[in-house]
Amino acid sequence: MTPEQAIPLALLVPVLGAVGIALTGKSPNLRESVTLIAAAITFALVASVYDDVSGGARPEWTMLEMIPGLSISFKVEPLGMIFAGVASFLWIITTIYAIGYMRGHHEKNQTRFYICFAIAIASALGIAFAGNMLTLFVFYEVLTISTFPLVTHSGTPEAKRAGRVYLGILIGTSIGLQLVAIIWTWTLTGTLDFTTGGILQGHASAAITAVLLAMYVFGIGKAAVMPFHRWLPAAMVAPTPVSALLHAVAVVKAGVFTVLKVTIYIFGIDNLAELGSSHWLQYMAAGTILIASLVAMRKDNLKARLAYSTISQLSYIVLAAMLVNSVAAIGGGMHIAMHAFGKITLFFCAGAIMVASHKTEVSQMRGLGRTMPVTMFAFMVGSLSIIGLPPFGGLWSKWYIALGALEANQLVMVAVLMISSLLNIAYLLPIPFNGFFAKPDTIEAHDDEDGHGADEGIHEAPWPCLLAIMITSIGCVALFFYPEPLFKLMTQIFTP
Amino acid sequence: MIAHHLPILQIIIPLMSAPFCMFLRHHFWTWALAVVISWLSLVMSIGLLLQVLDQGVLIYKIGGWAAPWGIEYRIDNLNAFVLVIVSVIAAVVMPYARMSVNKEIPRDRAYLFYAMMLLCMTGLLGITITGDAFNLFVFLEISSLSSYVLISMGRDRQGLTAAYRYLMLGSLGATFYIIGVGMMYMMTGTLNITDLAALIPAVADTRTIQAALAFLTVGLCLKLALFPLHMWLPNAYTYAPSVVTVFLAATATKVSVYALIRVIFTIFGGVDILDTLQVRDLLMLFAIAGMFAGSAVAIYQVNIKRMLAYSSVAQLGYMVLGIAMANVSGVTAGIIHMFNHALTKGGLFMAMGCVMYVTGSVRLSDMAGLGKRMPLTMAAFVAGGLSLIGMPLSVGFISKWYLIQAALEKGWWPVAVLIVLSSLLAVIYIWRVVEVAYFTPAPEGKDVVTEAPMSMIIPMFVLIGASYYFGIDATTTLDIAHSAAEVLVGGIR
Repeated sequence: MTPEQAIPLALLVPVLGAVGIALTGKSPNLRESVTLIAAAITFALVASVYDDVSGGARPEWTMLEMIPGLSISFKVEPLGMIFAGVASFLWIITTIYAIGYMRGHHEKNQTRFYICFAIAIASALGIAFAGNMLTLFVFYEVLTISTFPLVTHSGTPEAKRAGRVYLGILIGTSIGLQLVAIIWTWTLTGTLDFTTGGILQGHASAAITAVLLAMYVFGIGKAAVMPFHRWLPAAMVAPTPVSALLHAVAVVKAGVFTVLKVTIYIFGIDNLAELGSSHWLQYMAAGTILIASLVAMRKDNLKARLAYSTISQLSYIVLAAMLVNSVAAIGGGMHIAMHAFGKITLFFCAGAIMVASHKTEVSQMRGLGRTMPVTMFAFMVGSLSIIGLPPFGGLWSKWYIALGALEANQLVMVAVLMISSLLNIAYLLPIPFNGFFAKPDTIEAHDDEDGHGADEGIHEAPWPCLLAIMITSIGCVALFFYPEPLFKLMTQIFTP
Repeated sequence: MIAHHLPILQIIIPLMSAPFCMFLRHHFWTWALAVVISWLSLVMSIGLLLQVLDQGVLIYKIGGWAAPWGIEYRIDNLNAFVLVIVSVIAAVVMPYARMSVNKEIPRDRAYLFYAMMLLCMTGLLGITITGDAFNLFVFLEISSLSSYVLISMGRDRQGLTAAYRYLMLGSLGATFYIIGVGMMYMMTGTLNITDLAALIPAVADTRTIQAALAFLTVGLCLKLALFPLHMWLPNAYTYAPSVVTVFLAATATKVSVYALIRVIFTIFGGVDILDTLQVRDLLMLFAIAGMFAGSAVAIYQVNIKRMLAYSSVAQLGYMVLGIAMANVSGVTAGIIHMFNHALTKGGLFMAMGCVMYVTGSVRLSDMAGLGKRMPLTMAAFVAGGLSLIGMPLSVGFISKWYLIQAALEKGWWPVAVLIVLSSLLAVIYIWRVVEVAYFTPAPEGKDVVTEAPMSMIIPMFVLIGASYYFGIDATTTLDIAHSAAEVLVGGIR
């Protein structure tokens, strides 16, 4: 099979999977097998393109012409390869996890859940492989719409309110800013194709470039740069597998991926470096990194804390893009994968704790390491990777982003990165430490209806959950020892 | 032979079949006739469109009398396209009509209903096809009079007052139009549109012609319900029988937009009226005001048919805005949005017709839990709503893309911002319905799946499906709209 054939197939298989899930909805076992098989085939298809792309090939496939001169077309390049690989691989793991979680948590409407999930993955792959900005925008919006039923899954008034925030911010920014920016780019240059070196060079003055860049960065609401970040904490009402795969990997990474893609292939980093249009946006990203970390410290709800941590981590990648040099961009691209593995582990743990012990607040989790040692240990691994300590993958991406900041002579940004790492330690590590070393709260024991100790009777989460947690934790370590595939791909962009 | 006479057959066949309904008098057979005629009409209009695309402008002299003395039908890309819009909608609405009409209109009057539908269709097709300004007025009256009857036919007695108000304002619009035509006739001695276009530039500076332009514009804007001349529309759409709302919302106002395009770009094509007489400023002002007012008022409606009606006022604002910008992209946006909005709004009103059929109400408060009860209908409604918002892959996106592009090409970025902001208002009013239908539990005993009959569901999905098909592959429709726009804008020197 040629890479050109793999592209449409990789997009088609999740959609077919969704159809299969709908048809087999009556039998949960069959339904979940279909999901797993679709996920595995999708990953295999994505992986089959890797050799060609890392060898310098750029397989293309044009689906159809949508508007005269503008088509829905796909072109796999290194950045998209990373995003697609991460999203499709973690889809398999999340499905394993979801089987344990959704059953353990007795969620309703599971068929709808799996269908929307498959469509969301298909649109994430569409974003990853998009060959021009129109295609990317189309799938960006499909992703928003297809994840709405997942966010509002429970159907409670709280979910309804969260759905409003989710849709309001994501659609508001994408139509209000991003679409206008895209059409503006189109009227300026007459093309929207992702081109190495950018398409805007020579077509826009420094001032217009600055305005356009801001419209893109804020218009890509999925990147959650403050003040357009509120949708992400709101989305945490969704079942945990959704928070894990979509709101730590697919959806948010689609956002920062788009930011990177736009900077590299629409504006061109040399062009931006010359015009200096991205300078003030570095401070917006840096502000988001610090403020979100500070907010995270004050959140007692574990998923909310993780959500703010994600907002902060996403802005690492936005910052990397805005530093406009190749080293930072390499770091940004790698951070897509590194953060994905770290954060999905943390969300998996949060979900496992919820299923096993029905605990959602950090303050309730003291001493939980005694009854759920595997989960707590994995949480520790994930935290350390997010913080960026060896021997975990998170180190590499932070390393390169910091190098990029040095190369851009932005010592302030290096300081921001250091402070942020300290803040990460402050809000993440106490959770596993207290889990292992603190005594379980005894006050709660009296509140317990049955009268026995709070943590008695708590076991580890169902085995599929644990399996998924272990795989992603191992991934965090593996990425420390084998980051070359990512690094090789990213340098590919800048060495023609 | 037949191909040569297609232009007149397009009009004469539905026109003659309307009185024929009076002889049939049976609700089923009149319906069957209407279906056959509407399908025949669709075939003919597609035939005409292909002919025009192939051979260029088509001229048909009625009775062999040469223009400007005789009446000629003159078909170019633009009106061939509008003919297709009207007959496509008619062809989809007629099969849908049967069950809905059975429910909403007394059986012994159903034959009158179909007769009026056919007449209304004839009128709309006639306005589109004719190349004669007075003949246009005649067809305008045919379509208007039949639509007054249609609106008043519903069971709801408020339909009568709605029809009466439409009668008053509609007659005013038509009168203004004919006064304008009369003044032009006074100055040029001709009623033929092509002839007028040639003679107007010489007398364009006279007060009479300027007054004529004012009467024509205001008259047509009344018919097309440009804000603030839209007062007749919400009640008419709300209280008319479901089928009538679908048909009128998808076609009647669009045809009036077409007539406005003809006046501005063909009759007055030789003079730059948009700039010299500030017509553009006025049209843009009211179009943008309508975009916001229509959407804003829609947000507060409790009757969903009325909500969609106000949304139409906003959408008509987009069309007029595109036309007023008068560059190729803008006029393309205006023309393509006629087609796109006809599909989307037709589909949405059909969904409301299905809801009406099953529950007997289209009030928001009665729609609780409808997502479970009527899953197909509500899925279609959401899909149509997304198109109204302008989500990519839907036709609404294509229209919006060209409209924003037109504003940016002109360098009017505030206009682009306003287009975007007003379209975000659509998110709010569509989502109100979604929240009630999907998040509010159904009342006791009303949570079993009860869908409308397939004869209604299928036409609804044909329109909704089309509003995605032409949103994904918009090249065909855009090519037609673009070439029509180039001719029109080229007319302005």
